[in-house]
Amino acid sequence: MKLELNPQQRAAREEFRAFVAAEIAPHAGCWDRAAAIPMELVDRLRERGYLGSNVAAEYGGPGRDNVTYGLLTEEIAKGCSSVRSLLTVHDMVAHVIGRWGSPGQRERYLPAMARGEILGAFCLSEPNAGSDAKSVETVARDDGDAWVLDGRKKWTTFGQIAGLFLVLAQLEGKPTAFLVERDLPGVTVRPLSGVTGTRASMLAEIFFAGCRVPKENLIGKPGFGVSAVMSTALDHGRYSVAWGAVGLAQACLDASRAYAAERRQFGVPIADHQLVRRMLTNIIAEVRAARLLCLRAGWLRDTRDPGATGEIWVAKYFASTMATRAALDAVQIHGANGCSEDFPVERYLRDSRVLEIIEGSTQIQQITIPLFELQEL
Amino acid sequence: MDQTQSKIKEFLSRFFKSHDLQPDEDIFSLGFVNSLLAMQLVAFVEKEFGISVGDEDLDLDNFRTINSIVRLVARKQGAAA
Repeated sequence: MKLELNPQQRAAREEFRAFVAAEIAPHAGCWDRAAAIPMELVDRLRERGYLGSNVAAEYGGPGRDNVTYGLLTEEIAKGCSSVRSLLTVHDMVAHVIGRWGSPGQRERYLPAMARGEILGAFCLSEPNAGSDAKSVETVARDDGDAWVLDGRKKWTTFGQIAGLFLVLAQLEGKPTAFLVERDLPGVTVRPLSGVTGTRASMLAEIFFAGCRVPKENLIGKPGFGVSAVMSTALDHGRYSVAWGAVGLAQACLDASRAYAAERRQFGVPIADHQLVRRMLTNIIAEVRAARLLCLRAGWLRDTRDPGATGEIWVAKYFASTMATRAALDAVQIHGANGCSEDFPVERYLRDSRVLEIIEGSTQIQQITIPLFELQEL
Repeated sequence: MDQTQSKIKEFLSRFFKSHDLQPDEDIFSLGFVNSLLAMQLVAFVEKEFGISVGDEDLDLDNFRTINSIVRLVARKQGAAA
């Protein structure tokens, strides 16, 4: 096992870092307050090829390796967790189509997703179903030349602007996944607002009322909506969120180090006070540990190791809980300023809460991880 | 037991530690299979035997026993040859 970036990966990280410093970080607070990202930013992401990172070259995608994809996710998250969540959900849908899509589905959607012309969104959660994915209440029925969907999805990240929804529904009582285009009759999108964190992720409720979905848009097979399709999507989502947590925690560290060096109390920078140093040390050590877990998971993914899935669970669990601790310490180091929107750590703390809920809550992970003895490398 | 059978049994035995899994024994009936194990199993057969499991292979009967997985691998390797 070699957890060392190659020259191409280091160069890519510098490119990502420069883009985020120029195009994202200075504006993230404004987007957070506006509860939206501008479409011009989506255009910049398209131009850079940052959407659809995992789409294979044969479909026009960059086909980034998983480590490079992780570095992109970390850097984007350092600037703005809402923008990171766009990459996460879009790439989850693209990943699923690449993995389980029919040749026709791959041809129809992947080139457009690689170009960012269609944004993907993940429609699993409902008012009464989240962690218990198999209990979704949205239903699909066979109606001759189409599937007919009825139901309601909630908390759909970037549902406000996505063009393609990956939807889990019950087909004759079997969890089954469908690709539903936004402009189909019977699809209604209602923006959600007033959320705690990742406020600019343009959440929506998606309503399906007698929505006729073409027969060829069932993805996978009936009954495999959770065990294959959604699990594949969530596997990628957890990997992305784990790296996003590293980015958020690194941003907490960067902000806290700068503040602690500048802020003076009792005649010295607060970084000279031992209890502040202790908090900085905790963040430094935990960010590094989380990044190593993510690199290990990425390396296992790139080598197609069967143990990758389990390692991603561990990486996501540690990184997301670590991000909460880092954000809490960052706010504490900033004192009253940390509770003000004039300082980004206030946003980081709100965003960190989301990371422990999405793509498998901390508690689901605490239940699941011990069930498996992860494979030795 | 041939080499393919042995490799599959060795992999599955990590999850059924106290059970001597037989070639035609239904692994779903043992109650330990969830989506995480299913994903690992698919990843294992793809990497170990150089095949690609596609949507057309999503059938529980393809993964129900060691021997059914052996047949899936043989069929995919034959199709690729």
